[in-house]
Amino acid sequence: MPDVEALAPALVAVPLAAAALLLVLGRAADRWGHWLAVLASWAAFVVGAVLALDLLGRPAEERVVDVTVGRWFDAGSLAVDAGIRLDPLSITFVLLVTFVGSLIHVYSVAYMAHDRDRRRFFAYLNLFVAAMLLLVLADSYLLLFVGWEGVGLASYLLIGFWNHRTPYAVAGKKAFVANRVGDIGLLVAMGLLLAHVGALDFASVDAAARSGALSEGTLTAVGLMLLLAACGKSAQFPLQSWLGDAMAGPTPVSALIHAATMVTAGVYLVVRSASVFDGAPTAQLVVVVVGAITLVFGAVVGCAKDDLKKALAASTMSQIGYMMLAAGLGPVGYAYAIFHLVTHGFFKAGMFLGAGSVMHAMDDEVDMRRFGGLARLLPVTAVTFGLGWLAILGVPPFAGFFSKDGIIEAAFVPVEGAPWRAWVFGLVALLGAGVTAFYMSRLFFMTFAGRRRWSDGHDEGRGTAPAPAGAHPVGTPAPVHHPHEAPLLMVVPMVVLAIGSAVLGLVLATRGFTTWLEPVTGHAEHEEPVLPVPVIIAATLVVVAAGLALAALRYARDEVPVVPPVGTALTRAARVDLYQDAVNDAALVEPGTHLTRTLVFADRAAVDGAAVGVGALTVRAGTAARRAQTGLVRSYAATTLLGVVVLGGVVLALGS
Amino acid sequence: MSAALDAAVLAPAVVMSLTESGRTTTGEAVLFWVIAPITVVAAFGLLFARKAVHAALSVVLVMISLAFLYVAQDAVFLGVVQVVVYTGAVMMLFLFVLMLVGVDASDSLVETIRGQRWIGWLAGIGLGVVLVSVVGRATWATPVGLAEANADSNPVGVARLVFGQHVFAFEVVGALLVTAALGALVLTHAERLTPRRGQRERAVARVRAGGPLTPLPAPGVYARSNAMDVPALGPDGRPLEQSVSRVLRVRGQAADSPGTLVPTTRPDGTVTLAPAGSAGDAGRRREVEARPDPTVGRDAAEAGSDAASDAASDAAAEGVRP
Amino acid sequence: MNPTNYLVLASVLFTLGAMTVLLRRNAVIAFMGVELMLNASNLALVHLSRHHGDLQGQVLAFFVMVVAAAEVVVGLAIIVAIFKTRRSASVDDADLLKG
Repeated sequence: MPDVEALAPALVAVPLAAAALLLVLGRAADRWGHWLAVLASWAAFVVGAVLALDLLGRPAEERVVDVTVGRWFDAGSLAVDAGIRLDPLSITFVLLVTFVGSLIHVYSVAYMAHDRDRRRFFAYLNLFVAAMLLLVLADSYLLLFVGWEGVGLASYLLIGFWNHRTPYAVAGKKAFVANRVGDIGLLVAMGLLLAHVGALDFASVDAAARSGALSEGTLTAVGLMLLLAACGKSAQFPLQSWLGDAMAGPTPVSALIHAATMVTAGVYLVVRSASVFDGAPTAQLVVVVVGAITLVFGAVVGCAKDDLKKALAASTMSQIGYMMLAAGLGPVGYAYAIFHLVTHGFFKAGMFLGAGSVMHAMDDEVDMRRFGGLARLLPVTAVTFGLGWLAILGVPPFAGFFSKDGIIEAAFVPVEGAPWRAWVFGLVALLGAGVTAFYMSRLFFMTFAGRRRWSDGHDEGRGTAPAPAGAHPVGTPAPVHHPHEAPLLMVVPMVVLAIGSAVLGLVLATRGFTTWLEPVTGHAEHEEPVLPVPVIIAATLVVVAAGLALAALRYARDEVPVVPPVGTALTRAARVDLYQDAVNDAALVEPGTHLTRTLVFADRAAVDGAAVGVGALTVRAGTAARRAQTGLVRSYAATTLLGVVVLGGVVLALGS
Repeated sequence: MSAALDAAVLAPAVVMSLTESGRTTTGEAVLFWVIAPITVVAAFGLLFARKAVHAALSVVLVMISLAFLYVAQDAVFLGVVQVVVYTGAVMMLFLFVLMLVGVDASDSLVETIRGQRWIGWLAGIGLGVVLVSVVGRATWATPVGLAEANADSNPVGVARLVFGQHVFAFEVVGALLVTAALGALVLTHAERLTPRRGQRERAVARVRAGGPLTPLPAPGVYARSNAMDVPALGPDGRPLEQSVSRVLRVRGQAADSPGTLVPTTRPDGTVTLAPAGSAGDAGRRREVEARPDPTVGRDAAEAGSDAASDAASDAAAEGVRP
Repeated sequence: MNPTNYLVLASVLFTLGAMTVLLRRNAVIAFMGVELMLNASNLALVHLSRHHGDLQGQVLAFFVMVVAAAEVVVGLAIIVAIFKTRRSASVDDADLLKG
C-alpha cells in the first residue's frame, strides 16, 4: 500500500464536511443528520485504522511519515506548509479519538433522541472530531494551533449546548475564557520559536532543540509557555476551574471532550514537544509540580463532591495530573503518560457514559446522595461502570494497573542531582492512588450499592427508606423515579468501552506499547527506582485497598445521609473546589475590575476631560467672540475704516 | 443729455494745459475754486439731508461738478461718460428705487447703534487727516500733462488703450454687466407662494366671510350732505361708516356723523325723523380713532403700486373686521 | 494753482462718502455714499493720469465706472428685495448675520 498516506487529509476532511453539511442544511437534515455524523465518525476511524496498519507494517525507524498537503501561506521570509505528520503518537491519538468518539456518537443517537436540536449537537460533535484530529495530526505548531482553537470552539459550543439556561451558557463562557488564557501561552511559545528557530514545524524545532542551537533559557521559556497552554486545555492548576462547570454540557460531551480526548491535548502537547522539555530541566520540574498539585487537588475535590458528574470531572483532573507528572519526568515518563492517557480515555469515557445512563434512568438527577441501590435495577450499567472503577483504581489486571503503576514507578526514578524529587513525587503519586481509590469507591458505592435513597412512588406501602424530611423544599413532593436500563444504542458503547477498560492495559503492555512510541518519545534507558519495583507495586495495592475499604465502610455499610453533613473544614472547602473561584475572583477578576474602572475613570477624567475641555473652551471663546458679530453693517464698516485709518497713520509715522 | 452735449461740444474749445512750471492755468484755477466748494457743500448735503431725495439730488450735483473737473483735466471722454452713466443712468436708478422703497423711519438721523456716531465722526475725521497728510507730504515730480497723449484727441487715446491693451478686461466687464442685469432680475423676481386668486376665488371668499355682498353704499347717500366724508345712512337710519373712504377714516377726517334719525312724535301729533342723542356717536368716533388701522404703514409704502389693486378684496376684508 | 488741490478735494469727498456710509441708516443713502467714494477715487485717478501724462489712469477710471454701474444695479436690486420682505430700508434692520 504505497499511497495509503494520501488518505490522511480525509481524516480531518470527512468529519469537517459532515459538520458543515449539517450546519448548512439546518432543519432539513433533522431526520437523518445524526446518522450522517455517526457515519462520518466511523469513516474517520476506518481511515485511521488503515493508516495505523500501514504504519505497523513498516520498520520502526520509518514510522514517522510527513504528508505535505500544500503551501498554506507565504509571509515574507516565512513560508508555512500545511502538512500532516503520521507517527506512532499521532496515530495512537487518531485511533483513540475516532474509536471512542464513534462509540459516543452511537451512544448520543439514543441519549439525545428527544432533543429537538440533536442535529446541531451532532454537527458540533463532528466539528470537534475534525478539530481534534487536526490538532494531533498537524506537523507544525501553527496548524496544531488551528486544531487547538477548533476543539476549544467545539467545547464552548457543546458546554453551552443548552444555552437557554443561563448557568450553562456562563459555564461555556468560563471554559472559553480559561482556555484563552492558555492559548496566550501557545501563541507566545510560537512567537519565541519563530524568533529563535525561524520555523514552526516539529521537524525544524526538534532539530534545533536537539542540536543545542537554542539556549537553555529559550527552551525553558518556550517550555513554560507551552505548559501554560497545556494547563488551560487540560484543566491543570492554576487554570483548572472551568472543568467542573463544563459538566453543564450533555453527558456524551463530558465523556468525549472533557474526559477522553480534548482535555488530554495538553499532555499531547508536552509529549509532542519532548525535545524542548528535554533541554529545559526547569520547565520539566514545573510540569511535574503542576501535575502533582493538580493530582492532589482533583483527588481532594473528588472526595467531597456529591454531584456525580462533577466528582468524575475532579477525577479526570486528577488523572490528567498523573499524566502531566509523568510527561514532566522526561523520556522515562512520556510513554506511560500516553499509555495512561489511552486507558484513561477508555475507562473514564465508559464511566461517563455509565453516569449518563444513570441520569437517563433517574430523570437527570445527579446528586449521588439521592441514588443508592441502583445495581439491581441497572445491572449492565453497574457492571460496565464497575469495570471502569476497577480500572481507575489500578486493580490488576485491569487497564489502570498497568498504566498508573508505570507512572508511579517512573516517579520514583531518581533524578541526578536532586534525590528529594524521586521521594516527593513518588510518594505524592502513591498517596494519590489511595485517595483515588477512596473517592472512586465512594462514588461507586453511593450510586450502585447500599439502600436506595429515592422514591418510586410505592414507598409508603413497602415502608422502605422514605425520603427524609428536609431533603426537599417544604411543600414539594420528593421526585419519583422509575429507573430502567438504557436502550441498546447506549448499552453497546458502554459494553465496548468496559471491555477496553478491562483488557486494554494488559494487551498494550504485553504488546510493547511503550516501545511503539519510541520514535517520538525517544528511547529511555531503564533505570531503577529508589525502591524496588515489587515494593512499589505492593505499596500501591495496599494504599488502594485501604482507600477502597474506607469507602466501603462509610458508604456501602453505613447509611449515607441524604442531606450532606456539615463536615470538616477541608470537606467544606473541597465542596466548593477548594475556593478556586473565590481565589480567581480575588486574584484576577477583582483587580481586573478595579483596573478597568480606574482606566475608565482616567479615560473619562483625563482623555475625555481634555477633549471636552478643549471643546468647552472653544465654545466659550466663540461665545465671547460672538459679541463682536453684531450683524450691523455699519459697525463692520466703522471697524474697517478705523483699520484703514490706523494703517495709514502707521505708514505716515514710519514714512516721515 | 444737454449737459453731456455741452461737454462734448465744449471739450475741444477749452483744452486745458499745464504751464511750464507745472501749475494750472488761471482759467482752470478759477474753475476749480468755483466748482470745488460747490462739490464739497453738495457732499455735505448727502451726509446731512433729512430727505433721501435731497441727498440724491446732492449727489447728482457732485457728479456733474466732477464731470466739469474731468473735462478741465483733459479727460473729455470721462467727463462725458460721467454725465451719461452716473448722472443719467445710475442716479436715475437711485431715484427710482427711492420712489419704490419710499421714505420711512430709517431716514431719521437719530442714532440707534451705541457709539456709532462718535466712531463715525472719529474715523471720518481721522481718514481725512490721514489722506490729506499723505497728499501733503508726498514729493511731486513736475507734472507731465496730457498734451502728447491726447494728440489724436482724448477719446482716441483712451480707445487705443481700451480696445488694445485692455480688450480682454473690456470683454469681461461686458460679461459682468450682463450678469448684473440678470442678477437684478433674479433678485427682484417675486415668487408666487400662493395660488393665483381669480374672480371665482374672490367671490367664494367674500360669501364665506359673511360680509355685505352688494357694493358698499356711496358716501352721503340719504345723509344730510352728499360730501365725500359723510357716511351714508342705512335702512335703519344708522350711519354706515364703511361708506366713507378708508383713508379718510384712518386719518380721522370723516365728517361728524349725522347721528341716528329716530322717529319722533311731536306734540302736535306729526311724526318726524330726528337725530338721537349725539353722545353715543361721539363715542363711536373716538373708538374708530383709537383703533389704528394696522395696514396704514403698509398703505403709505405701497402707495401707487397697489393702492388701486383691488378695492373689492379690501372691502371684503373690512367686512370681516369687527 | 497747485494741481495737488485736486487730490485734496478727492480726499475730502472720499471722507464724506465714508462718513455717509457710517452715519446714515437708509440703505439707499448709504449706497450713495459708496458711489461718492468711487467718484472721489475716480477724480484722483484722472488727476494722476494728467500728472503722469499717461492715459492708463483714465482707462482705469473708466472701468471703475462700468463696474460701479453693475454694482449699483445689483446693490439696488438687493435693497429692493430686502425691502419687499422686511418693509424696511434701514441697514440696521438686516442683521441676520448677528452672532
